[in-house]
Amino acid sequence: MSNTGLLKSSIGRKFAMALSALFLMIFLLQHLVINLSAIFSPDTFNELSHFMGTNPLVQFVAQPILIFAVVFHFVMGFVLEMKNRDARPVKYAKNNGAANSTWMSRNMILSGSVILAFLALHFIDFWIPEINTKYIAGDMSGLNAEGGFRYYEELLHKFHDPIRVAAYCIAFILLALHLLHGFSSAFQSMGQKNKYITALSKFGVVYSIAVPLGFVIIALVLHLAH
Amino acid sequence: MNLKLKIWRQKNANDKGKMVDYPISDVSPDMSFLEMLDVLNNQLIEKGESPVAFDHDCREGICGMCSLYINGEAHGPDRGVTTCQLHMRKFKDGDTIYIEPFRAKAFPIIKDLVVDRGAFDRIQHAGGFVSVNTSGNTQDANSIPIPKADADLAFDAATCIGCGACVATCKNSSAMLYVSAKVSQFALLPQGQVEAKDRVLNMVKQMDAEGFGNCTNTGACEVECPKGISLDNIARMNREFSKAILDGREK
Repeated sequence: MSNTGLLKSSIGRKFAMALSALFLMIFLLQHLVINLSAIFSPDTFNELSHFMGTNPLVQFVAQPILIFAVVFHFVMGFVLEMKNRDARPVKYAKNNGAANSTWMSRNMILSGSVILAFLALHFIDFWIPEINTKYIAGDMSGLNAEGGFRYYEELLHKFHDPIRVAAYCIAFILLALHLLHGFSSAFQSMGQKNKYITALSKFGVVYSIAVPLGFVIIALVLHLAH
Repeated sequence: MNLKLKIWRQKNANDKGKMVDYPISDVSPDMSFLEMLDVLNNQLIEKGESPVAFDHDCREGICGMCSLYINGEAHGPDRGVTTCQLHMRKFKDGDTIYIEPFRAKAFPIIKDLVVDRGAFDRIQHAGGFVSVNTSGNTQDANSIPIPKADADLAFDAATCIGCGACVATCKNSSAMLYVSAKVSQFALLPQGQVEAKDRVLNMVKQMDAEGFGNCTNTGACEVECPKGISLDNIARMNREFSKAILDGREK
């Protein structure tokens, strides 16, 4: 069976969604750790940001893998949603989904779409200006006009606008809801054995709440730091 | 009890179909749901109207023939029962009850509430069996040692009656719970090992070809399953599938 053939199988697609999700969850954790440093030590945040922004392994190996994982997870998510809608052409007149499943599990496409909208904002806010400064203007120094690192200053500036902070918080609440189903779902898709299920699900709940909450706290602290 | 029934009526596979209101009175709380429909049908026949077509056979909760999506749930609001074992005492006087067929592209409607679940049979034909040489000196199955825990899990999986509630209740119309039960009952036993890899690949391939949706692990199937088939079976099928793929089986 070829790789493309694998993606034609419903279980193959489950595995692919789960694998890309696991990669994104690891990415999210390292992103949180770096951002958290901004609260405790702007200098550490500057140094870590400069390393991540200029290290060739991060920039030209990890970053393309990340972009691929993000695009794949979203595209496959929407493809699956369309296929699943097609599998029931006539809807029920009355359907009581709440009787047998969680809101989170039934609305992954909704929470995912909000996260996608947030990513669009994140690209405009962060990624496109970074690429522009580093690879188009050719300024790899990471310094501002005064000769210090620009990263913390830029971060602080982003969280000045209360509307952006609010949008940021809403997106991360939806991310928490997405993860509350997605974390354990990924392991189920990859065929977890039930002896690990309890410990993994508990860790999943902690992860799903703690990570988005961490990002929200950073946004609020930096907003109030103004 | 007096009830307001809203029932899906559809003359045949090509008819568009619609929900029709049927008030019914003097329903005993001790009737089964199907007996209540029998009473309604008697009244419809007496009035010269066409009775509501619905599936049923054993009426003992073991054949998997009865279906019905009642008030938004497969086999109605009770747990661990088929529609024939659902009793009217689960409803209140004056209730409005929606009665719809199991809906999925892979389960086309034949008439009213009767759907064609032949897709399940075709999945079973694709690999849900063990090839046994019946030359006359067949080994007694009980002479093969099987760990008790595995035997119990295999039996639990084998209690699936193929009613299709998992598909009906799944927001994606996925048949994963059914197929995983059929894969698991053999994957757990020594007799199933010879054909294990081909079985899971062939059954999953047939499942996809029938037009069922993709599993997103909502767990609704497990809750609505009249036989309590566990979601663990789906995880086991996923493991069986990846083992077969890693083994390089071409399908």
